[in-house]
Amino acid sequence: MHLMENIVLALAALQANKMRAMLTMIGIVIGIASVIAIVSIGNSLTTSITETMESMGANKIMVSIRERGEEGRRGGPGMSGSEEEPEESDLLSDDDLETFMEHFSDKVETISLSYSVGSAKAQDGRLYANVNVTGANDGYATANNVELVSGRFIAEKDVKALKKVAVVSDRLVDNMFTAGTDPLGQEVKIYYDETIETYTIVGVYEYEASDFAPSSASEKDTTTSLYIPISLAKQDAETENYQSLTVITKTGVEVAFFSEELETYFDKIYERNTDWEAGVMNMESAIDNMTSMLNTVSIAVAVIAAISLLVGGIGVMNIMLVSVTERTREIGTRKALGARSSYIRAQFIVESVIICVFGGIIGIILGLLIGALGANLLGYPATASAAVIVISVSVTVLIGIFFGYYPANKAAKLDPIEALRYE
Amino acid sequence: MSEIMIDIRNLVKKVFIGSPNELKILKNITMTIHKGEFVSIVGASGSGKTTLMNVIGALDRPTSGEYLLEGEAMQEKSDNDLSDIRNKKIGFVFQTFNLIPRNSALKNVELPMLYAGINRHQRMQRAKELLELVGMSERMYHLPNELSGGEKQRVAISRALSNDPAIVLADEPTGALDSVTGRVVMDLFHKVHETKGTTVVLITHNYELAEETERILTIKDGRIVDEKKNPHSSLAKSGVE
Ligand SMILES: Nc1ncnc2c1ncn2[C@@H]1O[C@H](COP(=O)(O)OP(=O)(O)OP(=O)(O)O)[C@@H](O)[C@H]1O
Ligand SMILES: [Mg+2]
Repeated sequence: MHLMENIVLALAALQANKMRAMLTMIGIVIGIASVIAIVSIGNSLTTSITETMESMGANKIMVSIRERGEEGRRGGPGMSGSEEEPEESDLLSDDDLETFMEHFSDKVETISLSYSVGSAKAQDGRLYANVNVTGANDGYATANNVELVSGRFIAEKDVKALKKVAVVSDRLVDNMFTAGTDPLGQEVKIYYDETIETYTIVGVYEYEASDFAPSSASEKDTTTSLYIPISLAKQDAETENYQSLTVITKTGVEVAFFSEELETYFDKIYERNTDWEAGVMNMESAIDNMTSMLNTVSIAVAVIAAISLLVGGIGVMNIMLVSVTERTREIGTRKALGARSSYIRAQFIVESVIICVFGGIIGIILGLLIGALGANLLGYPATASAAVIVISVSVTVLIGIFFGYYPANKAAKLDPIEALRYE
Repeated sequence: MSEIMIDIRNLVKKVFIGSPNELKILKNITMTIHKGEFVSIVGASGSGKTTLMNVIGALDRPTSGEYLLEGEAMQEKSDNDLSDIRNKKIGFVFQTFNLIPRNSALKNVELPMLYAGINRHQRMQRAKELLELVGMSERMYHLPNELSGGEKQRVAISRALSNDPAIVLADEPTGALDSVTGRVVMDLFHKVHETKGTTVVLITHNYELAEETERILTIKDGRIVDEKKNPHSSLAKSGVE
């Protein structure tokens, strides 16, 4: 009853003690702000990364040969601290892959193989372009979303016959050929450290600047990938076999389930190998990994938030007790004028709730600012969650009621005569 | 003077200060006050006047004995009932005014009506009328600490009258005021008593003021020791007007 009157009254009481009210709110502000901030940052991280990963394709499964017991370690090869190099017999041979393809022909669309040869330069007189030469098979284009502008990608027959063909970027074409020339069928000379190779261009793909590794070089000097048949690339390599491959599943295949099937398959192959094993990872599990990491961070923040909310709540209770004592005579007077105990109780609970909600609102604003800032620093758009804001406000209301109840009840139970006698 | 407003029989009030030490403040008080009477209670400091007023005003419960207010037995009432009785039937005026510090004069007068559930518009209207009655229209938006003692007491009297109570209980209402301001306040009680026929119970140290009332009860050491009908009361009243 008289909720409006109580709110007006509570606001007047806060107005009269602004500084005290502000100090009281700090715990609540910090608690709510940290929750809102972490949720905003976490949200934008998850959405951005999920989007990126999904655009890469959810139907891909990565298989890589790694040292045993390396599973838990983060970071790619080279960062793992491993000193061992796999021997030829530890890796997957062409025969292994063929057997694999036959075994899973109903589920696997294709597999993608690649081998990085290194950086080189395409040159023709004064014209040049920087390239990264990568050996690839026919499945590579599908697995890595290589968009062809004209011609075709490396085909199986190129790989089998060791054909000296290349697929180049449109950027390279712009650099090396006069406008209007059809690059298909033209030759391109590639200058390696010690040798020069000539390839026939069979396809041109659309170069896309990567979000993750923005190039600082001028457009002309941008290094783009140049693809050649993987068999050709491996000719000079130390290993003929493959350390990693990407499996593209057929549509309708349950990726998570199939990943497990692959794991069993490769475990069997590596059963006898004491040092090496095959790791199987899909986008879903990568996303799961990230989500679980975020969850750990969230739990830590939630604990901090819970503690500051608890401390904040106790602060509110303390200030409300002070307020009840200060206003003892007022409470006595109100009772003499006919206020029921329930009315006095409601009055003080409303006051406590208003302090908490004010703190909550300040916390939400602060949290959104920190969240936006944090997301910005990470390079993702900030995503505020309406649900979390609603929950935050509800939580502050509950804190107000919970920690306001004891002081309010104390006020309500005051003996009017004692209260009126209070000096 | 036929209908009985307050009927008190063998009323005892004890307070307990630690378990073995009980203190009997009111000892076997029997008294009646009729509707529309203007009664004063006099007595030395510590004689039990405020304690008696708290019982009459339903702020306190007697330890034993009977108290009927307009024929209703007060000892059977719940706390909420007593709150409602204080709200609707009783108007308190305190020596120290007891205005709510953060509320304007107007809001203070509205307060008992708020507790009675009267709507905002009516509350404001009536509070303004009452403040006008006590000559405080000019100051209705002032806070208590912006008012003089006499002005505060006039606001407090308006507040006591806001729910049109059957009884006004005033505990040394002029105690904190100089004689001139005290006179203004006293005149207001006479005015309320005459124009509305409200029962007024005035507690005072001041025999001169007591002489103006219709009946004087003297309390000493928790007992009523003297009761005097005042033949001059009407004369005193006409003197006021
Ligand atoms: N709660 C209490 N605890 C202990 N003693 C009390 C309590 N209430 C009242 N008394 C005592 O009872 C006696 C009567 O008190 P009361 O306030 O009724 O006196 P009074 O006649 O109003 O005095 P005054 O004229 O000074 O206001 C006093 O001696 C007081 O100390
Ligand atoms: Mg007294």
